[in-house]
Amino acid sequence: MPPDIEAIAEQVFTALADPSRRAILAELAAAGPATATDLAGRLPITRQAIAKHLALLAEAGLVTAEQGERRRVRFRLRSDPMRVAQQFLAALARDWDGSLDALAAHLDSQAG
Amino acid sequence: MGFPDRIERTVQIAHPPVKVWAALTTAEGLAAWFGQEAGIDLRPGGSAWMKWDGGHTADMRVERVEEPKVFGFTWHIFGLPDDDPRRTYVEFTLEPDGTGTRLTVVETGFAQLPVEAHHTAYDGNTDGWAKELGELADYLDAA
Repeated sequence: MPPDIEAIAEQVFTALADPSRRAILAELAAAGPATATDLAGRLPITRQAIAKHLALLAEAGLVTAEQGERRRVRFRLRSDPMRVAQQFLAALARDWDGSLDALAAHLDSQAG
Repeated sequence: MGFPDRIERTVQIAHPPVKVWAALTTAEGLAAWFGQEAGIDLRPGGSAWMKWDGGHTADMRVERVEEPKVFGFTWHIFGLPDDDPRRTYVEFTLEPDGTGTRLTVVETGFAQLPVEAHHTAYDGNTDGWAKELGELADYLDAA
């Protein structure tokens, strides 16, 4: 198993466990790249707290900073780590027990 | 280790391998227990699909066909966008067990690291979107 896939998933789930960071990520997903000021105007979180969270999210690779209009830094969601987390969830959501029960039930009904 | 790469289940089924094989590898069989509609081109490299009420579909690629012992296919990881190249491999192994079948299913590949090529494709995509939106703006400006 690749050594850092676990670390990537953990960073995503850690980020999502905090309601402010969850709100920031959700806003970036819903409305696209935004500056800290944009986000402070739309979310009930102070600009200072947003800047702190964005720095943490950027360090974890969950958002990336880019130059926006008038040289303002705006933040864009990075989907790669989210996809890694999704792989983890996909493994948990795979219901082979249910499917195999359905297979057995199907074969029984054919025989009956 | 917490990230599951491999899922494995073994069940005893009170029907012979030939019946289980038909349920796994025919459109009628798959549609009866797995999907709600299904199609399959049963040969290595052949394509197969399943569809569920509500519009969810699964596209599969047949990888191994050793009647009536081994059937393997790859499919897309649930929840990832359609353009994501990551796929898991599912393999069913059928062993006679008295008058029934010992059926093992193994699905592997959940812990694939996104490859560099994928990263490039991803960046290409986001750039593509930005470019398309830019082109749309230019088009509207010109109109």
